[in-house]
Order: sequence, then C-alpha cells, then structure tokens
Amino acid sequence: MQTVIHTENLCKAFGDFKAAYNISFEVYKGEIFGFLGANGAGKTTAMKMLCGLSIPSSGKATVAGFDVWTQTEEIKRNIGYMSQKFSLYEDLTVLENLKFFGGIYGMSRAEIKEKSQQLVHELGISQFANRLVKSIPLGWKQKLAFSVAIFHNPAIVFLDEPTGGVDPITRRQFWDLIYQAAARGITVFVTTHYMDEAEYCDRISMMVDGEIKALDTPENLKKQFGVETMDEVFYELARKAQRKGD
Amino acid sequence: MKQFFAFIKKEFLHVIRDSKTLLMLFGLPIVQIALFGFALSNEVKEVNLVVCNLSNETKATELIQKFDASGNFKVVQVIHDPNALDQWFKNGNIKMCLVIPAQFEKNAVRERKIDVQLIADSSDPNLATTLVNYGNQIVFDFQMKWFGQSTLPGINPEVHMMYNPSLKGTTNFVPGVISLIMMLICVLMTSVSIVKEKELGTMEVLLVSPFHPFFIIIAKAIPYFVLSLFNLSIIVFLSINLLDMPMEGSILLLFAESGLLILVCLSLGLLISNTTNSQQAAMLISLLGMLIPTLIFTGFLFPIENMPKPLQIISNIMPSKWYYIIVKDIMIKGLGIKYFWKETLILMGMAIFLLALSLKKFKIRL
Ligand SMILES: Nc1ncnc2c1ncn2[C@@H]1O[C@H](COP(=O)(O)OP(=O)(O)OP(=O)(O)O)[C@@H](O)[C@H]1O
Ligand SMILES: [Mg+2]
Repeated sequence: MQTVIHTENLCKAFGDFKAAYNISFEVYKGEIFGFLGANGAGKTTAMKMLCGLSIPSSGKATVAGFDVWTQTEEIKRNIGYMSQKFSLYEDLTVLENLKFFGGIYGMSRAEIKEKSQQLVHELGISQFANRLVKSIPLGWKQKLAFSVAIFHNPAIVFLDEPTGGVDPITRRQFWDLIYQAAARGITVFVTTHYMDEAEYCDRISMMVDGEIKALDTPENLKKQFGVETMDEVFYELARKAQRKGD
Repeated sequence: MKQFFAFIKKEFLHVIRDSKTLLMLFGLPIVQIALFGFALSNEVKEVNLVVCNLSNETKATELIQKFDASGNFKVVQVIHDPNALDQWFKNGNIKMCLVIPAQFEKNAVRERKIDVQLIADSSDPNLATTLVNYGNQIVFDFQMKWFGQSTLPGINPEVHMMYNPSLKGTTNFVPGVISLIMMLICVLMTSVSIVKEKELGTMEVLLVSPFHPFFIIIAKAIPYFVLSLFNLSIIVFLSINLLDMPMEGSILLLFAESGLLILVCLSLGLLISNTTNSQQAAMLISLLGMLIPTLIFTGFLFPIENMPKPLQIISNIMPSKWYYIIVKDIMIKGLGIKYFWKETLILMGMAIFLLALSLKKFKIRL
C-alpha cells in the first residue's frame, strides 16, 4: 500500500497552548480517512499544517511525498481543500466559480468548459448553473464546493467538516460523491462530528485534546472498546476530554 | 498568466455585483465634490462694505465702483464721517470698511502709489484675512490700470493669490477633495476586499491553491488600481465642468502622479488587512485612520504653515500632503515635473516602502 500522508510527532502550539500534540499517522492511497474529534480537539489545526496553511511547531510530515516544511508549493499542486468555513464565492454564479477555481489551478479554458459541463450534468444542477451561489440550497453548495475541491483532479482532497448543517439524506448524497472520488483514486481526508459518517470511512482516528487517542477501522475500534456503535466509541474517548469546545 | 486573468476577472465581478462598493465608488466622489466644492467653499461673495470717502475726487468714485463691481463686495453706503464707522461695525452689518483719505488722487499722482485704508472686523480672523486679501487685490489692480507697470510694488503679495487671482475657494478645495477621496476609497476598497475573503474563508482556499500569494496580492491590487483611476476621471471631470476648476497642466502627468498615490494607498489597505480579520474593523480602521489625518494634515482645510512645529513634522508622513501640492501645481499652475520632482520622489519612496512592507507582512500561512 502506498503511503500518501505520513506524519510523525507533528505539533502545533499557539503560545503555551498545544492545539495539536504528537500527531503520528499514515494515510494510504485511495482510502477514505476520517479525522474525528470533539469541538476544539485540534482537527482543523492538524489539517491546516498538512495543507501548508500553517507552519508546524515541530515534528515531521509529508503529503503526497512532499515535506510540509520545505515543499509546500509542490504539496499545493497535488491537493484539493474544502475549508470548514464556506469556500465558494457567493456573489459569483456556479459556472463562474468553476471557471475561477479551474483558472487559478492553471487549467485551460477548453478543459474548464468541458469539465464544467460534465459536472453540471453529473450533479444534475443545470437549473443552477447560471444562478448566484448564494441563491442555491446549502446541500447543493456543499456538493459544489466538494466538486470544486477535486475539479483539478488532485491526489488528495482535504475536507473540513464538509456536511455541517444538512439533513442525513443530503449527507448521504454527499458521501456518494466522496465514494465516487475515492473510486477514481483520490485519497480523501475528512473531518467530521457525525458518527454515522465515521462508519463510512475506511479508517478513522479519534482526536481528544490535541492528541490522537485511537486509530483503526470502525469495526476494530468497536471491538476494541467492546461497544456496538461508533457513538459509544466516541463517547468513551471524548468524555475524558478537558478542553471545552469553542 | 491565465491564472492571473481569472483572478482579475473574478475581482471585477465582485465589484460589479456589490451595490455597496459601486455606491461608494461612484456616489462618494459626487457627494464629496458637491459637499466640499459648493457648501464648504470659502469663496466670498457680496460682502457688505461701507466706504468712508474723505476725498470726493473722481478717481475715488472710480475705486468705489471697482469694489462694488468686483462681485466680492457690495457697497451698502458711502459715508463722509469717520466717527460713524464705529457704529457700523458694532451693529455687525458690515465686515469691512474702505477708507479713502482726503487728497487721495493728488497724493497718488505725486507718489505714483495709492494710499487707502482697509478696516476689517477681525472677530473672524480667517474671514478678515480673506477680505483684506480681496480688497488689496482690487486696489492693486486699480493702481496697475492707473499707472501701468511703473507703479511701485509692495502691496501685500500673498503667494496663493498669484495663481488664484479670482480667489476662488474651489481651486484649493478640489485638489484636497481629490486627495481625500483617493485616500479613502483606495485604502478602504483594498483592505475590505482582502479581509472579506479572510472572513468568508475563501482566502484559505486561495492560499491552498498553487497560485502564488504574491500574485494574489497583485491580482487584487490591479482591479482597484484601474477602478481608482476611473474614479479619478469622474472627479476631475466633475470639478472641471461643474466647479470651474482650471486644468492648466498635463492631464497625463496628473494621472501618472495619481497612480503613484493610488499605489501608496493600495499598500496601506493591504497593511490594514493584515491587522484584522473582520470587514467591519477593516472598514473602521480605513475610514477613521485615513479620514481624520487626511483632513487635518493634507493642508486644504488647515494651512500646514500655521500649525505647531510637531504637527508640521507629522504632516510629512501623510502621502496626501505631497499629492495635494502636486495636484495644485499641475491643475492650477500648469507646472511640469521639474517643479515637483521632490514631492514625486517622496511619494515614490513611500510607495516602495509600503509595498515592500505589506508584501512582507502578508500572512502567507494563516
Ligand atoms: N490561531 C489560533 N490561535 C490560538 N488558538 C487557536 C488558533 N487556532 C485554533 N486555536 C485553538 O486550538 C484549538 C483547536 O482548534 P481547531 O480549530 O483545530 O479545533 P477543531 O477540532 O477543528 O474544532 P471544530 O470542530 O470546532 O472545528 C481550539 O481550542 C482553538 O481555540
Ligand atoms: Mg475545525
């Protein structure tokens, strides 16, 4: 199995506060890796270090074979990112967003046009194509943001709580898109609060107070803790947490 | 390059779709011009004047007519008793009095120089100074006509009157308003547009893309640079056509110098965007942080020469102060670059320094 993300004792401190502490794990090519943790556990912090958005305090990490300390430019060319905050331009139309993001990834005009049409067709959103993003439903925005994140066909896509605030059915549809991407060989690194989503992942890590407390497949974790559902696993771990979410 | 164009296009779309930005871009200059150009203009028109004529010679009557016809003054009464003057001032009906001494014409012919007296109500010293300047100008013109070039110089030659013979307030205000609007709009637009992306979360997405952060800044700056120049065209057009502002010098030079100021302002906006993550804060810092110093230290509301030394020194760091001097030189005096290369160099220095600083400070990693 090919390793695409590798971290070793990765730390991030804000002053004295250790937002992420001794993070060590590996993610393999083509898998869906879930990054779980309560509010304030340090998920976003860890993800930002991997994306080259923030400089680690210490430790090692490689993403797509490139070092997060020295090769952020190469990393950026190989990843897609969907931020926890909403990451499309609300005052641009769906097509304009696609055009823009395709454009800054250096895709050719013809390529953008072809892929946009294909995408609009696949998602079945031709009725939204020329509408401003702010006027379309949240569930569609999220699917669109995801599609934008993988528009340039990255090796790895990082999703930070991509399905916040939508109903289970829309979430399920979103995960269908994730599966399709994974089937195309894109590695998916996803953070979430929802334990039903944890079940959809190939492997998950549980973060508590900045540290990874458990890491395995959902089945093995349930076995390890002697419980029936991921909810209970999460509860077992998270109740020991000191940190209050913000 | 393709990435670059995609970015610039997107930035223009933001501006076009945001009614607030549009309003600010086009509404603000018009409102400002109207406000400062018309309402706040310190132009003096038809001020009540009493003449105390002790001479009764023909030339004296001519001079009185000159005052009345100037448009600046209205002669309400000609009196012959100097003792009555006191009462006129006390009543507050007049702001100035012209005293023509006895034997006025005879003395003038002998000395080839007019000798009159202007008495002004100095309870409003600014107005008094202005009125005396107007009066002097009329007397001086009168004397020039009478005796020609052979006249003796020495009547209060205030420098700004030379280039502003009609003593119009607009000529001083418009360059000031141009500086003010440029400062406000450029700084505000850049800082807000960058902070907006931070607030909404799109900045992260941009920074994760392979598009270099340096180009993000440049690509952000270009549309606002263009829009600012467009804005400048509106202001210049309005002030020439509506406020009778002269345009003696080269318009090209004016735009080039304005480009320099815009560069300084864009960098300032960029610096501000580094200090905050909220649009509201950025707006407040840009408006208050720019508005008040610009109003005080540019020199178009309060003459810098009259300020205490420490304030005079502070005024030197205001880019608008130098720009104001340049605009006046170009528009009113019609001078070329060799008269204000020093000011231009200062602006250039500021632009380079601030641009380098803001590029360095721009947080590539959040
Ligand atoms: N720039 C920063 N400066 C100081 N503290 C920070 C900063 N960014 C994050 N933190 C703190 O680090 C901790 C972890 O934050 P992080 O955003 O990584 O949590 P998270 O797991 O993503 O939580 P959530 O589920 O709410 O998104 C929090 O306590 C947060 O307050
Ligand atoms: Mg988070």
